[in-house]
Amino acid sequence: MKSSVKKSHKNLKSQLTQFTGFLFLRLAVYSVLFILLYFFYDVGSQGYKAISWEFLSQVPKRGMTEGGIFPAIVGTFLVTLITALFAVPLGMAAAIYLNEYARAGRLTRLIRLSIRNLAGVPSIVYGLFGVILFVNMLKFGTSVLSAGLTLGLLTLPWTITASEEALKSVPDSYREGALALGATKWQMIRTNVLPYSIPGMLTGAVLGLARAAGETAPIMFTGAAFYLPFLPRSLKDQFMALPYHLYIMATQHHAIDKARPLAYGTALVLIVFVVLFNLGAILVRARLRRKWRH
Amino acid sequence: MGTVKKKGILGDLKESLIQRLFQTSGLLAIIVLVGIFALLLHTSIPAFREVSLKEFLTSTRWDPTSPERPEYGLLSMLASTVMVTFGALLVAFPVGVAVAAYLSDVASPRVRELVKPVVELLAAIPSVVVGFIGITLVGPLIAKLFNLSHGLTALNGSLLLAIMALPTIISISEDSLNAVPVSYVEASLALGANRWQTLVRVKIPAALSGIIASMMLGMGRAIGETMTVLMATGNARAFPHGFLQSVRTLTANIAIELGEVPYYTTHYYALFAIGLVLFILTFFVNLTADVILEKQKRKLR
Amino acid sequence: MKSNIIIPAGEIKIVVEHLNLHYGNKQVLQNINLAIPEKKVTAIIGPSGCGKSSFVRILNRMNDLIPEARVEGRVLIDGENIYDKDVDLVALRKKVGMVFQKPNPFPKSIYDNIAYGLKIGNHRSRAELEQIVERSLRQAALWDEVKDRLHQNAMKLSGGQQQRLCIARALAVEPEIILFDEPCSAIDPIATARVEELIHQLKKDYTVVIVTHNMQQAARVSDYTAFLWLGELIEYDRTEKIFTNPANKMTEDYITGRFG
Repeated sequence: MKSSVKKSHKNLKSQLTQFTGFLFLRLAVYSVLFILLYFFYDVGSQGYKAISWEFLSQVPKRGMTEGGIFPAIVGTFLVTLITALFAVPLGMAAAIYLNEYARAGRLTRLIRLSIRNLAGVPSIVYGLFGVILFVNMLKFGTSVLSAGLTLGLLTLPWTITASEEALKSVPDSYREGALALGATKWQMIRTNVLPYSIPGMLTGAVLGLARAAGETAPIMFTGAAFYLPFLPRSLKDQFMALPYHLYIMATQHHAIDKARPLAYGTALVLIVFVVLFNLGAILVRARLRRKWRH
Repeated sequence: MGTVKKKGILGDLKESLIQRLFQTSGLLAIIVLVGIFALLLHTSIPAFREVSLKEFLTSTRWDPTSPERPEYGLLSMLASTVMVTFGALLVAFPVGVAVAAYLSDVASPRVRELVKPVVELLAAIPSVVVGFIGITLVGPLIAKLFNLSHGLTALNGSLLLAIMALPTIISISEDSLNAVPVSYVEASLALGANRWQTLVRVKIPAALSGIIASMMLGMGRAIGETMTVLMATGNARAFPHGFLQSVRTLTANIAIELGEVPYYTTHYYALFAIGLVLFILTFFVNLTADVILEKQKRKLR
Repeated sequence: MKSNIIIPAGEIKIVVEHLNLHYGNKQVLQNINLAIPEKKVTAIIGPSGCGKSSFVRILNRMNDLIPEARVEGRVLIDGENIYDKDVDLVALRKKVGMVFQKPNPFPKSIYDNIAYGLKIGNHRSRAELEQIVERSLRQAALWDEVKDRLHQNAMKLSGGQQQRLCIARALAVEPEIILFDEPCSAIDPIATARVEELIHQLKKDYTVVIVTHNMQQAARVSDYTAFLWLGELIEYDRTEKIFTNPANKMTEDYITGRFG
C-alpha cells in the first residue's frame, strides 16, 4: 500500500498539539505585554494628574504633600553625572584593554569572570560597600560624591560590556589596515577604532546610566536625603533623588493618602525618563547597525 | 634603503605605558569584586565578638534592639528570601521559557524586533517603581482576591520579582535556544516531527543547560532585589509560614535597619554580615550559571 | 622534498632562511628558504591552505597579531633580520607595505585614506600632504577618477577603485616592498586587469611579492614564482621556467590543473 502525504487523522492529532502548544507560548507573550502595558497605563493615568510645570519646577511644600520634585530631579541629574564621569571612562578603558590588548589566558578569563559576577552583585551590597569605602574610609560622608561613585561601581560591568560590543563591531580589517601602514597599536586604536566605536559605546553607557539613575538601594545610605529644601552646593552635600523620593512618598510619609498623587507623578516621571532613554538607544543602535552593514 | 631597527626606546615606552593604563582599568574589575568581599568580611567580623556564628546562622529570632537580650538570627529572613525567590521563579521560569521559545521558534522576525525591545524595557523599569506598583496595584488585588486586610505579602513580592526576573530568563533562554545548531532542527523535521515536537523534544533538551542557567541568573536577581520586596512584602519579622503572610527578606532588613542603626555597634556590624551572606549567596548562584553557560558555549562551538 | 635553492639574478631584497611557522600545535610553514629579488615581481602560488597568505604576513610581521603564532628561522630584509628583538615594527611596516585580499578602505574620505599613513607618522605640511596624495593616486592610476571628489567617503567607490585606493594608500608612505595578498580575489575581471597593469608598473620602483591562487595571473605579472604545497616550498624559479618547464612533478601537476 502506498502511503499518502495528505492530512490524515494521525497528522491531525499532532497538529492539534502543535496548535495548543503555540497557543500557550502566545498566551505567555501576551500576558507579559499586557502586564507591562497595564503598569504603564496605571502609572500614566494616575500620574499625569500630578504633572504640571509647578510639579517639575518647585521644591516640596507642606511636608511634601504639595509642591514639586525639582530638587529630586536636579539631585538625580547630579548624581548620574558623577556616575558617568567615573564609570564611562573606566568602562571604556577596561573594554579597550579586553578587546584590543588582552591575550587569551588565565588573567583575561579572570577579569571577564569578575565583570560578569559584578553584574550580579545585589545593588544593596554595592550600597554597603559604598558606606564602608566612600562614606567612612575615604571620608566623603553621605554625599553626592559617595552616592555617585557607588552607582559608578554598579554601572561599571554594564559600561564595560556595552563598550566591548561597540569595539567588536569595528571590522578587523580597519585594524590590520592601519597597522600595515605603520601605525603603532595605540595610533591604530585612537585613529581607526575609537572614532567608529565611540557612538556605540556612548549609547550603551547612556542606557547603563539611565538604569543607575533609577536605583535606590545603593544611594539610600550613601547620600540621598529624605527631604532637603535646597539644592546641593558641593560634592560633599546630601541630595534628593527621584527614586528615593518615590520610596519615601510611597511608604514613609506620615500622610500616605495625601502624598499618593505626588508619588504617582514621581513614578511617571521616572518611567517616562527610562522609556525615553531606552527608545533613544534602540533607535541609535538600529542606525549604527545599518551603518556598519555597508 | 631604510633600516628597520629601533631608533630609541621612547616610542616603546609610550606604547607600553598606554597598555599598562588600560590594563589597570581591566584589573579594576577583579579589584572591585575582591574589594567588596574583603571589606564586607572585615566589617562583619566585629559582630561575631558578641554573636556566635551558630546563632547568626541558625536562630530564627532577629531582635537587635531588644533591651533585655538582643538577638541576631537571620534564619527567618533567609527563609523569607528563599520563599519569595522560589515563588518568583515558579511564575517566571515557565513564562520566561515560553516567551523565549516563542521568540526563537514561532515569532516572525518583525514580531521579534517588536517584542524584544519591550522585554528590554521591562528590565529597565526601576525597582522602586515596581515596588510602588506592588503597593498600589498588585497588593490591593491580592487583598481583594484572598480577603486579606492588606496585600503586602510574600505572594505580592513573588509576583513582582517574577516580573523583574523575566527579562533575564527570556534573553538568556532565547540565546541558548538560538544556539542550538540548525542541523538538529533539520534532522528532526526531516524525520517527520512538526515544529512543536521539534521544539519540545529536540531544541529545549539541547538548550536545557542554558535555560537552567537563565533560571539561576533570574534567581540571583530575585535574591538580591531590595526595593521591590522592601515596599511590597510588609516586612514582618516572624518566620514565614505561607505566601499570604508578610515577610522580611535579607535585603529588606538591611534597607530598613541600616538607616537607623548607630554606627560601629554590634547591630551595625551584623547588618554588614547579612550583606556578606547576600554577596556569597548571589556569587555562587551566578558563578554556577556562568560555569553552565561557558560549558554550553564550548559544547556547541 | 628538498627544493634546490635558486638565487635570482640581480640584487636580493629579502632572504628567508629555515623559516618555520606554527599556529599553536599546527605547523603552517616548514623550513622555507627563499631569496626574493629587488624591483621584481615574485609570485607565491599554491592551493588554498598551503600557507601562502601566512608566508607574506611573515614579511611584515602581521602574524604577530595572531596570539598563538610562533616563528622560527630568519627573514633578512636588506641584511637585517626582521625577527630580531630590536626591530621597530612601525619602521618595518612602513618599509614593507601591504595590500589585502578584500579591499579595506577606512570609512574616511579618499584624501584621508591616502594621508592616513602620513598623518600618523611624521608631521608634514598641508601642501606636502596634498602633493603626496596626488602622486600616490596617480601611481595607482586612480587620480583621474577621483580628483574631483577627494573628500567623498571612500566606501562609496567601486570594489576595483577601492582596491586601487588601498594600493595608493600603501604607496603614500613610500615603502620599498609591497606585499599583495590575493589582491584580485574580490574584484571583477576588468578591475583585475587594471590592478595587474599597475603591479607591472610598480616593479620599476618597488619590490613586489604577490600571493595568488590564479596561475594565469602569476604567469602574467611575475618574474619569479614560488610554489608552496602543504607549508613546504616545492619549487622556486623564474616564472617562465616554472610555467614551461617545471623541475618538480608536483609543480607540473599543479600548474596544469591536475590538483589544487
